[in-house]
Amino acid sequence: MFGLGKKDVTLLLIVTALTMLAPFLLNPFPEGSAMAQFNAGYPDLMQRFVIFGIFAIGFNILFGLTGYLSFGHAAFLGVGSYAAVWMFKLLSMNVLPAILLAVATSGLFALVIGFVSLRRSGIYFSILTLAFAQMSYALAYSVLTPITGGETGLQLALDDPRILDGAAEGGNIPTPGLFGLEMNDSTQLVMGNWVFTFSIGYYFSAFIMLLAFYMAIRIFRSPFGMMLRAIKSNNTRMTYTGLNARPYALAAFVISGMYAGLAGGLMASMDPLAGAERMFWTASGEVVLMTILGGVGTLIGPVLGAGMIKYMENIVSKINSDILHTWFAFLPDGLEDLVVTMIYPFVGKGWHLTLGLMFMLVVIFLPGGLVQGGQKIARLFRRKKTDDAKKSTQSTPAE
Amino acid sequence: MDAIILQILNGLDKGSAYALIALGLTLIFGTLGVVNFAHGALFMIGAFCAVTLSRILNVSFETVDPTKTDFLGNPAKIKTTYIEHWLGPDLGGSILDWGVPLAILFAIPIMIAVGVLMERGLIKHFYKRPHADQILVTFGLAIVLQEIIKYFYGANPIPTPAPDVFRGSFDFGTLIGYEANQIIYPYWRLVYFAFAAMIIGAVFAFLQFTTFGMVVRAGMADRETVQLLGINIDKRFTIMFGIAAAVAGLAGVMYVPINPPNYHMGMDFLVLSFVVVVVGGMGSLPGAVFAGFLLGILESFASMGVIIDLLPGINQIIIYLVAIIILLTRPRGLMGRKGVMED
Repeated sequence: MFGLGKKDVTLLLIVTALTMLAPFLLNPFPEGSAMAQFNAGYPDLMQRFVIFGIFAIGFNILFGLTGYLSFGHAAFLGVGSYAAVWMFKLLSMNVLPAILLAVATSGLFALVIGFVSLRRSGIYFSILTLAFAQMSYALAYSVLTPITGGETGLQLALDDPRILDGAAEGGNIPTPGLFGLEMNDSTQLVMGNWVFTFSIGYYFSAFIMLLAFYMAIRIFRSPFGMMLRAIKSNNTRMTYTGLNARPYALAAFVISGMYAGLAGGLMASMDPLAGAERMFWTASGEVVLMTILGGVGTLIGPVLGAGMIKYMENIVSKINSDILHTWFAFLPDGLEDLVVTMIYPFVGKGWHLTLGLMFMLVVIFLPGGLVQGGQKIARLFRRKKTDDAKKSTQSTPAE
Repeated sequence: MDAIILQILNGLDKGSAYALIALGLTLIFGTLGVVNFAHGALFMIGAFCAVTLSRILNVSFETVDPTKTDFLGNPAKIKTTYIEHWLGPDLGGSILDWGVPLAILFAIPIMIAVGVLMERGLIKHFYKRPHADQILVTFGLAIVLQEIIKYFYGANPIPTPAPDVFRGSFDFGTLIGYEANQIIYPYWRLVYFAFAAMIIGAVFAFLQFTTFGMVVRAGMADRETVQLLGINIDKRFTIMFGIAAAVAGLAGVMYVPINPPNYHMGMDFLVLSFVVVVVGGMGSLPGAVFAGFLLGILESFASMGVIIDLLPGINQIIIYLVAIIILLTRPRGLMGRKGVMED
């Protein structure tokens, strides 16, 4: 089906089901209960899950397949956001042209940067991409203010031309939409104590993420993907066979830049503003964290990693000491205080500490990320099962 | 002309910091072959050693002075630090005043311990893993160290002043025949530059003129042969890691009066220091020092008004621009050795 193997179809179907049912799955706790703050099923966060999922999928095509570690990938995300917002300002509030322009611009940008950076490999490549991204950030922040809005960021204004839509009526800045469907529109479904929110923006982004995911599977399974793996495993030998590695690496770089631009365009479509801080090197570091945490070179890993980090950023960071005290209220007083003081540094404002520790543990013990962890656990269970099966077969003759 | 001299001077202090951090990075890279992304965190820990020492020195007790009243009419409470109480206001006061330079003594053992612990505890296990893994694990470590410091010291910069003697500015212009107040330069920055030059000199002398340094240099050139000669090179490399950490830490200690330390200062410097190392040439110690000063001075030249008018925004990107040009024209960096990190 879709030109995919059986396993890949299953994976794609599982991911489709998960993303489509996300508003239910991420809202397991009833409204108003003590656990309700762990609900991640609100549109803003779900959109971030899928958008950063796209970003990480794209990064993984470069890093996971070719092994080139780019430390400046956020630049493409930023360029994509700016391009999309400009499209909203000049042409129309429809998201399609905005996203197309975002992808095209960041693709071009990636072509230029990739052409220069890919002359070097290893850590030099990382430093070059970092340097380009920091330059873009610094320029967007200072000299390019007429294009980028500088410190305040690029925002929509009432007097933007918007050739296709005409001037805004009623003094309200219009919201991005898709042929009449507004991105920030949502409906709520109330079932007993549970409230589920279905947002158009989320489903639109989720649909695009599924497309992006499908594309990534195709790339992974294609001869082109094989070439990229060859670059990672042995560049020299690839050259000896008469193949020039650089065009392939450049293609991978551009594709992954376009993915980042797509993510940036979507981000601007959900919330039409763009700022230079999206290009800062910490943002590039974040996508590296996501990919490694989930599992480099695996299909589903980057999406998992993106979801996990965004979940922690939004949910774990909200836990404060009062909440901790209510959780551990069942313990005797002294013990309660002790437990709370032990846990407190790792949640709330300190969630970065948890993130850093988790990241280190993953790099040290699970170089394949969470996916490898999952596989290990699955293997453990399978072995147990086969052991059980063996035991049962052994025990039957005895009777 | 005076503007040019001023810019060179301005570039020196930042250049010194870059050079010191890059020197440590190169030492680690040259000896152990590890790309240490946590090196900026070591710089930051050094800075916070100075903060910690000044907090320890300022531990005080309160006494009530019945002769004076505060603005509410209550008897005034006077804070006296234990140092002044024990050693008298003169000696105690000057110890308080010289808190930052004293922190050097305080920081050296701490930094060496942190460095050795880091190498033995974590980085040792990463020698055989790819460079990408080393970058990633030290990046994670940097986040962890940063967050620990943030937990204890908060997110805001902590101003810690230099000793009174160095607080003013030095009229450099009068020395070389300019009129007064044309080229003025804060004393502490001069101190910082002199200090950096001293440390750099000490590290080079240590490597060049001691037996230990000779063995380390031999190990950098050919680790296996040195091991075959029956020398425990790993132990020496661990000590070098400690020394590199101490160099970064001291750079941090002395930088405190120039820029109040906050928890992410390390990361800010790290990115630039990596650029410096790459420009200087991976694995080349003189290259790292030279590139550090070069980029520091270039950066301050680029922020001159005339040049900004000519090329707007150049001050923001000059370092990265230079790095890109050098990497593309001289792939090994300015003084890179053949065969280092060439894959």
